[in-house]
Parts: sequence; structure tokens; C-alpha cells
Amino acid sequence: MTNQDSRLRVRKSDDVIQVEFVDRNILDEANIQQIGEEITQLIDSAAQPKLLISFSHVDHLSSAALGTLITIHNRIREKGGQLRLAEIDPQIYEVFVITKLNKLFEIHDDVERAMKSFA
Amino acid sequence: MPEKQPSKPLHESVTLRNDPDEIRDAENKLLGAVERMGYSSASAFAVRLALEEAVVNGFKHGNRNRPGSTVKLDWSVDADRIRILVEDQGAGFEPDQVPDPREPENLERPSGRGIMLMRAYMTRVEYSKSGNRVEMIYERPSSD
Repeated sequence: MTNQDSRLRVRKSDDVIQVEFVDRNILDEANIQQIGEEITQLIDSAAQPKLLISFSHVDHLSSAALGTLITIHNRIREKGGQLRLAEIDPQIYEVFVITKLNKLFEIHDDVERAMKSFA
Repeated sequence: MPEKQPSKPLHESVTLRNDPDEIRDAENKLLGAVERMGYSSASAFAVRLALEEAVVNGFKHGNRNRPGSTVKLDWSVDADRIRILVEDQGAGFEPDQVPDPREPENLERPSGRGIMLMRAYMTRVEYSKSGNRVEMIYERPSSD
């Protein structure tokens, strides 16, 4: 499912779509827009999407990236799906805490725990 | 052998076009100076985040992505503090009028977090009266 121009690495495990970012820095507006479009396509391909986003390779992200995550969250909720975030670097997790987005998103330390949390 | 910490402040002033590569090069120069001056990776993370937000705000909200518009970036780094000035060509705004994105009614809004992050990560953030120039100061923490 990953092609050369994609900003994502995608795989399906059971009925869960697992996504990793190709980029270490999620800052450029054009990249963030592309990431949003690619994930929206994945969400729209499932009736009740179960999406797990891993941040294992991510060193930096901007408020625009947070905005895209919120849009993804809202779209999944509209479809009655579930979203989990995992493997967030402590410095980036601090950004979620400062913005209180750690209360909006369900965040797990690792992929295994995130996978087990899907209903 | 590690590079010796510069004894004089490092400084640069540059006018940026809305070009991702140009912006990234300018950011990397500042971050290089931050590293040379011996600041920690946590400090570099803070500076990068605040700088990114200020420059993006300048182009997007200040200049409203007007073709050909520019943002001026002026920075200096010394042993004790980092000063970053970002100026756009827009009409300015009232930073106090920006809603707090942490309030429950705003938590699911996709935008409006840039200024709050700049204030969270910098020691001081001050807007000019005209609202199109922001000065950010980062003082070296005692843990660095």
C-alpha cells in the first residue's frame, strides 16, 4: 500500500489500519496536507475505521500537524470508528500535554497496547 | 575534538520567501547556532517549534499567502539567551483576541495553537503594537 510518493507507510493487521510517517519532521504545510489527504482516503475506505497512527520515527511536528490529527479524529468519530496514537517521543508528547490534546486523543506507549485497546 | 563555543554572539538577518527549502535552510542556520552555543537538544526543540510557528503564522495569517510576499527573520544567539524576531507584511492582529485552544469548546478546532505553543516554549513572546512583528526570547535554563 506504500508507494514512492506517499508520506505514509500503511499496513493492515486484522481490521486495524496501521500508519507510520515517512518523515521525521512533520512541518511543511504541503506534506501535512498530503498526509491528511492520504489518511482521509484510508478512513473513507472503511465503514467503521479502526486507525492506529505510530509516531515512532517522528522528531518534530507543528501545530498544523496537530490540526490535521484533530480533523482525522473528528472524521473517524463521525463514522463511528476508533483512533489510537502510539510511540510518541517524550518531547512531542509534551506538546500534546501543553495543548491538552492528550485528553482528546487515546495515546498508548506502544503499538501492542494500542492494538489491544481496540474494541 | 568538540567545536569550541563561540565567544561572541551569533547573528543573522534574512528576508524569506514562502519557499519550504528556503525556510528550512534559515531554520537550520539558527538551530546550528543554537547547537554551537552549547544549548541542549530540549532547548533546540523549543526554539525550532516556536520559530516554525512564528514563520508559518507570518506567511499564512500575516501575509495571507500573498504571492511574492516575504517574512523577515532576525536572530541572535549568545551564551545566555536566544532572540528571534519575525516580521510579516500583513496588517497585524490582536494576539489577545485569539481564543484559548485548551478550552473545552475549542479543543476539537483544528487551528489556533501556534501562538500558545510559542508562549509555552519561549521565555517571553511580545508582539509589536502593529501586530505584524513578534519578538521571542529564550533564556538558557539552568539545566542546560
